Amino acid sequence: MQALYAQLLVGLINGSFYALLSLGLAVIFGMLNIINFAHGALYMMGAFCAYFLLNIAGIGYWPALIIAPIVVGIFGMILERTMLQWLTGLDHLYGLLLTFGIALIVQGVFQNYFGSSGLPYAIPDELRGGVNLGFMFLPIYRGWVVIFSLVVCLATWYLIEKTRLGANLRAATENPTLVRAFGINVPRMITLTYGLGVGLAALAGVLSAPINQVRPLMGADLIIVVFAVVVIGGMGSIMGSIITGFALGVIEGLTKYFYPEASNTVVFVLMVLVLLVKPTGLTGRAA
Amino acid sequence: MSAMTDDTLPVTPRAVRDEMIVFAAMAVLLGLVPMTGIYPFFVMQALCFALLACAFNLLIGYGGLLSFGHAMFLGTAGYCTAHALKVWGLPPELGILVGVVAAAALSVITGFISIRRQGIYFSMITLALSQLLYFIYLQAPFTHGEDGIQGIPQGYLFGIFNLAQPTVLYYVVLAGFLGGFLLIYRTINSPFGEVLKSIRENEQRAISLGYKTDQYKLLAFILSGTLAGFAGSLKVFVAQNASLTDVHWTMSGEIVLMTLVGGLGTVFGPVVGAFVIIAMQQYLAGFGQWVTVIQGVIFVACVLTFRRGIIGEIAHYLRRSL
Amino acid sequence: MKHRISALFLGAALTVSAGGALAQDKNIKVGVLTDNSGLYSDLGGAGSTLAAQMAIEDSGLAAKGWKIDLISADHQNKPDIGATIARQWIDVEKVDIFMDVLNSGVALAVNNLVKEKNAIMINTGAATSDLTNAQCSPNTIHWVYDTYMLANSTGQALVKAGGDTWYFLTADYAFGHALERDTTAVVVKSGGKVIGTVKHPLNSSDFSSFLLQAQASKAKIVGMANAGGDTTNTIKQASEFGIVAGGQKLAGLLLFITDVHSLGLKVAQGLSFTETFYWDLNDGTRAFSKRFSERTKNKAQPSMVQAGVYSGLVHYFKTLDAMGGNPHDGAKVVAKMKEAPTDDALFGKGSIRADGRKIHPAYLFEVKKPSESRGPWDYYKLIGTTPADQAFRPLSESACPLVKK
Repeated sequence: MQALYAQLLVGLINGSFYALLSLGLAVIFGMLNIINFAHGALYMMGAFCAYFLLNIAGIGYWPALIIAPIVVGIFGMILERTMLQWLTGLDHLYGLLLTFGIALIVQGVFQNYFGSSGLPYAIPDELRGGVNLGFMFLPIYRGWVVIFSLVVCLATWYLIEKTRLGANLRAATENPTLVRAFGINVPRMITLTYGLGVGLAALAGVLSAPINQVRPLMGADLIIVVFAVVVIGGMGSIMGSIITGFALGVIEGLTKYFYPEASNTVVFVLMVLVLLVKPTGLTGRAA
Repeated sequence: MSAMTDDTLPVTPRAVRDEMIVFAAMAVLLGLVPMTGIYPFFVMQALCFALLACAFNLLIGYGGLLSFGHAMFLGTAGYCTAHALKVWGLPPELGILVGVVAAAALSVITGFISIRRQGIYFSMITLALSQLLYFIYLQAPFTHGEDGIQGIPQGYLFGIFNLAQPTVLYYVVLAGFLGGFLLIYRTINSPFGEVLKSIRENEQRAISLGYKTDQYKLLAFILSGTLAGFAGSLKVFVAQNASLTDVHWTMSGEIVLMTLVGGLGTVFGPVVGAFVIIAMQQYLAGFGQWVTVIQGVIFVACVLTFRRGIIGEIAHYLRRSL
Repeated sequence: MKHRISALFLGAALTVSAGGALAQDKNIKVGVLTDNSGLYSDLGGAGSTLAAQMAIEDSGLAAKGWKIDLISADHQNKPDIGATIARQWIDVEKVDIFMDVLNSGVALAVNNLVKEKNAIMINTGAATSDLTNAQCSPNTIHWVYDTYMLANSTGQALVKAGGDTWYFLTADYAFGHALERDTTAVVVKSGGKVIGTVKHPLNSSDFSSFLLQAQASKAKIVGMANAGGDTTNTIKQASEFGIVAGGQKLAGLLLFITDVHSLGLKVAQGLSFTETFYWDLNDGTRAFSKRFSERTKNKAQPSMVQAGVYSGLVHYFKTLDAMGGNPHDGAKVVAKMKEAPTDDALFGKGSIRADGRKIHPAYLFEVKKPSESRGPWDYYKLIGTTPADQAFRPLSESACPLVKK
């Protein structure tokens, strides 16, 4: 029983990465109507950005938590301005193909310069060590990841669902022409949204840097799992993708305990089941 | 779905005649390859991928469904054929049959699941399903994990043709490719193909005309998956091994790339695309990981400036359908 | 073209030494087939090509009228790409010998091809012990290490040092299972006990669940039957969960100096694992490594895979030199190579067995604490040596048809 609590908690940690990434995907999808295949590559860039900040500029973890998402977010906005915006009006599949190409380029370039084995990034001193919870030894850093990503997810939800800016955003998705008529600069808003989604991916990257090796392909396989998460949850609502992300992390954690052999496949199996029962996803509106 | 191929020309007798001329020229040229001293294994490999890309193109080009998991059919058929040849000691024709049937069965199941969603969701679902299969193959003992199935005996096709002879193997692979190609060609010009195209253009309207679009899509998916499996079975004889590479998502990406470069929804585009990409991998092998980067650049360039692909652009210029 | 010219000269040569023309062929083509870009590129990659280049230069064969060509390519860790390149190298490029060929899948594919076409492979990079067991071939020599040896040496030495209870973290595929099986056999044979095992999927990014289970088992040794990124991530997260600090010991069953380098000593300290070469082992290895690292991009020390490329080629060149010419007959040259004992500065004295297994001592190392390290790449403490004749799978247990029993 004690071990079970431990696995639940550990599952929650993975869930926070799924939640942050699927949230970013959902935000981008909502505004730009494209599935951002480059999301995994941008997550990786976030981790590398933290690594560079530390090793080149001597800037530590805490500032990196803010700087890296901004830097990568700007990179994303440049991508949007120079490439993605030309796809408006075309079939959505072209957006998928374009971002897939971008992912290949980014991952390939990083692999060429930094090899594949990965670079070390240490846990910040303040969060080193762990606490004994009685049923498990919880590294403080892991606890921090769960709490911090929960806060970020809720803040994003609040921004989009409860503020005026978010209302404009949502309106622009529904009817860009009308919103433009109100004097709102829709293209700029789209760019900023893409930057926000990308920034969330980069933030997840920084958070994961001390846990995993900083590797060029760290996001490549993860993104496919996140796609499955997104299919399960449906991209209809922000809250939906947050909850599904955390929930699937927990389910995966439990699988690791009861039947570890299936822990890589459980998310996909769940996806199949959900599609058979409710094709639109758990929270999704009909596509 | 409308912008995928914005200027498809109607099928006219002239178009069919043009296509048959190009097909005959292609068949003759490919038939002459062993006499030219070109390294045949390169061409054989390209032919397998060309068939694979044609099968993929049937879905995206004519059904408007972008599958990001076609590697699962290639790999499934490859593993099953390899296992049948090596472990069960079946002759080549039965080995191919085993592979193709396995791919067909898989495409029935995955098709049933994935056509429940459209557009990008369909792509994500196929990708996730192929990743699920990747993990299964990784753990299944009969695939030998990372080692793959190696040293597969090529045997005698129908007891006569010695497939260990490169020239014999070449013509067998060529015959397989041409046969698969003609089947696809026949399908897209049949009433079935016309309905598919109408679904791609406007699914709602097709439904209102009384077509059960899901059945058409499922059938197209099964045909595409089965033919992709056939390509995978043929490839086993060329490479003499079956490995995880063929079920990995990067392979699915390459299939998309080949078709995109050649021209989505064109008859000959996937063939040209496959040859271009395979040749590129061959000659750029020395550049290591830059190959990935170059592939990415081609993806981006194609989508931004070159959406019709090589054949599509030529066809557009000639005002012909190719 | 080259052939036509030599044919012209042959007419004259034939009158001098009839029939000796073939033996006088002094052309060698070496192909380094490796991972130049992926997961193992630090382990082999450009460093393997450099090692081959150094072996060619040091052989002094050029002065004796030999012409040695070197080509290299990237198999991208894909067996079918590797097999295609290898086939083309043999058919078109006329490559005599394949070096490195890391990645077991690619190695087994090339192994079949080399046998079929009668070329040579000296494999220095692949882990699978099948190369000299069920899949052994008269054309293949397995030079540096294999899974049996790693399991054997690490398992034996650690049990002897008091680590008698084991818990395995096993990558859930054929390779991981084989490592776990072999190590379990050795641990049990040496008087230890395996108290549990957990199988994790390949390429996991998160090992915390599995580490918690290992921690709860209270086993003295946590054996990692996995490889590459899985192993480095396990080590990194084990340090986070305080596995080593809590008194358990981490044992890597397939780990290389490049992994330690990428992890850093802070995280990797206390790890034990086996290698057959370390740059700082003796004067011979230090002299070679100094020359090697001066010619690499980032001043890296050679890995055992790269050292194996050098050592294998040295022996190959010696054999050909003694034969007086290159017969371009793989099985014949390999048979000659098996007859003569090997001797080089890197792996010391050794020999090649009938099954194609090159044998030499295996060393169990422990990774130093950051405070013990005197400089870059000073990573290991030697804690045990298994003699050459005990380190590898005994011929009596071999399933290789080449072994006469």
